[in-house]
Amino acid sequence: MAPHPPHLVYADNPVQNEPKSECGWESLRWAYERMRANLDEADYDVIVILSPHWQTYVGTHFLGLPNFKSKSVDPIFPNLFRFDYDIDIDVELSRMIHDEAQADGMVVKMMENPDFRVDYGTIVSCHLTRPQWDKPVVCISSNRANAYYSVEVMQEMAAQLGRATSRAIEKSGKRALLLASNSLSHRHFITEPEIPEDMSAEHITSHHLYLWDMKLIEMMKQGKTKEIFDIMPEFTEQAVSESDGGGFSWILSALDFPTYPAIVHGYGTIIGTGNAVVEWPAEAAANAEVALRGD
Amino acid sequence: MTGEIVLSAIVPVHPHPLLVPEKNEGWGLLRQAFTTLRQRIIDSGAETIIIYSTTWPNIIGHQLLADPNPKWTFVDADFHDLGSLPYDFQVDTNLTHAWHNANERRGLSSRTVNYHGFPVDVGSVVSVSLLNPDNRFKVAIVSSNIYANRSETLVLSKACLDAVKESGKKVAVICAMSLSNRMFTEFIEPNEDRIHSLKDDEWNRKILELLEKGRLEDIAQLSRQIHSQIRVQKVVSFKPMWFLSGVNGQTNNLKGEVLAYEALHGAGGAVVLLTPTENSAGDKEYDEDDAEVFSGDRSVLEGIEDRGVTTTTATSNEDDSNKDTAAINSQSAPKPVGAYPHARKVGDLLYLSGVGSRTPDTDEIPGGPCRDENGISLDYDIAAQTHMCIENVKRVLESAGSSLEKVQDITVFLIDMDRDFATFNQVYSEYFVDIKPTRTTLAINALPTPIAVELKVIASF
Repeated sequence: MAPHPPHLVYADNPVQNEPKSECGWESLRWAYERMRANLDEADYDVIVILSPHWQTYVGTHFLGLPNFKSKSVDPIFPNLFRFDYDIDIDVELSRMIHDEAQADGMVVKMMENPDFRVDYGTIVSCHLTRPQWDKPVVCISSNRANAYYSVEVMQEMAAQLGRATSRAIEKSGKRALLLASNSLSHRHFITEPEIPEDMSAEHITSHHLYLWDMKLIEMMKQGKTKEIFDIMPEFTEQAVSESDGGGFSWILSALDFPTYPAIVHGYGTIIGTGNAVVEWPAEAAANAEVALRGD
Repeated sequence: MTGEIVLSAIVPVHPHPLLVPEKNEGWGLLRQAFTTLRQRIIDSGAETIIIYSTTWPNIIGHQLLADPNPKWTFVDADFHDLGSLPYDFQVDTNLTHAWHNANERRGLSSRTVNYHGFPVDVGSVVSVSLLNPDNRFKVAIVSSNIYANRSETLVLSKACLDAVKESGKKVAVICAMSLSNRMFTEFIEPNEDRIHSLKDDEWNRKILELLEKGRLEDIAQLSRQIHSQIRVQKVVSFKPMWFLSGVNGQTNNLKGEVLAYEALHGAGGAVVLLTPTENSAGDKEYDEDDAEVFSGDRSVLEGIEDRGVTTTTATSNEDDSNKDTAAINSQSAPKPVGAYPHARKVGDLLYLSGVGSRTPDTDEIPGGPCRDENGISLDYDIAAQTHMCIENVKRVLESAGSSLEKVQDITVFLIDMDRDFATFNQVYSEYFVDIKPTRTTLAINALPTPIAVELKVIASF
C-alpha cells in the first residue's frame, strides 16, 4: 500500500519537483524509506500500480505506450507538486492484464494517446517507492463506476481485476511489485496552513477516522485481509476512505488475501487524511505457503 | 462605468462535440449550438467569458486560474481515443485577481493559480475551444469546491458579481456542466448514444422547460432534489445552478433559450442561453439564508487564520441579557492603530470604529498626507482621501456581512472644514445620495495619522 500525497514528494525535495520544502511529514517519509530498503533486497521486474487519480467512468483503462514524459501539476496542490516525469511502461504486461480482464467479461481499454498526462497519484507513489525510476510500470485506472453501482458490486469488480492481474503476471513469468496507491481514511481539511509543511497544523481530521484507520492496520498486521474485505464497504463509507477507488480491494485480491502479517512501515496524516505504508513481502507469502503444505 | 453580466449559459463538458461532431447527429447539433452561442456572446458585446466548471473539483477553498496564457494539450481520462485537445487562451488576470480579492472580502478561502502546465479541466477546455477559438475574449475560470454548500456557492457568485461590477466590463458567464450526468459504464457505438434512462431524460426536459421560461432561481431552489434524482453521487453536485442564479441576482428575470439538448455517452448535454430581462416568469419563494459573507465554520486548523475576516464572539458583561457582541476585524481594511477592532456587532446593529483613508496593506494615503513627519502642513487631495475612506468603510461592512446600502448613521471628521467640505460633500454624495443615512460633520484639530478625513459609521444587517 503506497499512498500518494504530493506533500511527501514536496517534502523530499527531489530534483524533478519544482517547489522546495523545509521539511514535513517525516513519519510517512521514513516509512517509505523503510519500505524502499526492504524492496532493495527484493528482485522484481515491474511495478504494477492502480491509482485512484486516473478516474475512468467507462471501464478500466491501461497505459498502452512505451513511454510517457511530461510535467505533472497537482490540480489541488499546484503550490506543492510540479513534477517532471519520464515513465517507462511495460506495455506487454499491461496488455496481458487487459486481455485477462477482458476475457473475464470486464470492460477494459488500452490508453494509446501519446499526449495523455499520467495522473499525479501514480507518479507520487512510484517516485516514493522507486525514486530511481528504473523499473517499467503498468498503470491501471480507477474504475469509478462506483458512482453507479453499490460499493459491494464495485468491490467484487476490483477483486475480479485483482485475479486477472495475478493470472497475467503469472503467465508473464515476471516478478512484479504491486502498488495500491491509496490512503485509508480520507476526509481532508479544507484549509491549508500558510506554510504547507507546518506540522503543528497536521493531525487526523477526527478521532473516529483514526479509530477506523487503527482497526484496519491492526487487521493487516494480523493477516486478516479477508475480514478486511468483508468490512470494506462499511470502512469506505464510515472513513470516507479512498478505498472507494478500488485499489485496496484489488491488491488484496491480487495477493489472494494474505493471511500472513503485513509489515506496517508507518502511519501518518496528510492534510487530515490517514495514510499507511504497508508491505506484504513475497518472502512471507512463500513461507506461509510452506507452512500450509507442512514442508 | 459599472460592469455587468450580459449573458449566461449552460454548456456540456464532454469532448465529443469538439472532437467528433460528425460521428453522431446529436453531437453535431451540440456543436452547432456552441457556434450559435458563440455568435450570441459576440453580439452581446461581452469582453470576458467567466467559466464555472464542474469538472474542476477542488477541496481547498476556491481556485481561480491566473496564468495569463494557459497553453497545453489536454487528453480526457475516459475518451482519450477521440483525440487530443490543445488549448492556448488568454486569462483576464485583472478580473481574476479582483474576484479573488472579493472572495476574501466575503470570507471565502480563495487562491489564484499561476503555474505553467496547470491542468485545465475538460469542461473549461471544451468551452474555451468552441466559444473562443480565436481568443476574441479573455477568460476567467473558477473551480467547483466539492464541499461547498448553497450559502458558500452563493457567496462565491456574489464575489464574482463584485468583481464584474468593479471591472466595468461586459461579461458572459458559462457553467460547464451536464444535466443528468449518468454515463453508460460500457463502451458504445456513436449511433447507440441516448440519455442513460427515461427518468433522467424526463428530469432533463423538466429542467429545460423551466430554463426556457427563464426560471433560473426556481431551478436553483430545486438543485438538491435534482442532484438526488439524476446526478451521480460524489460527482460535484448540481450546484452550478446556485452559482448561475447568484450572479444573475437570484431571480427568474431571464429569457431562456434552449439551443440544443442531446445525449453524451448517456449523460444529458444541453446548450442553454439565458439573457437578463424585466418582468419575466414569476417571482421567488425561498426560506434559506441569502448569505452575503461566508462564515461557515469549516476551518479545522486551529490557530490558522486564513480568511479575510476574523470574528471573536464575546458575551456582554454589562447587563444580564443574552445579547451577544462580536468584535470584527477585516484583513482587507487598513490595520487599526490602537487596541480596538474594526467593528463590533451588537444585536442587529454594527458599530464601526473610526475609518480613515489609508490604503490597506501599504498604509499609503491617496492624494498624499496632510502633514509631514515634522507636523508641517502639506497639500493633499481630499477627494482621493474621501474615496479611499468610503471604500474602507465598505470593506469593513462587507467583511461583517453588511453593506454600504445598510449604513444608518455617519459622523464625519474633517481637519479643515473650510478647505475640504465642498469637495468632500461632492464625493460623499456619489455614494450616499440614494442611501441617505443621517449625518453629522465635525471640524477637528487633527487625526492620529496624517489623514484629513475619518468616518464613524453605524449600520444594520
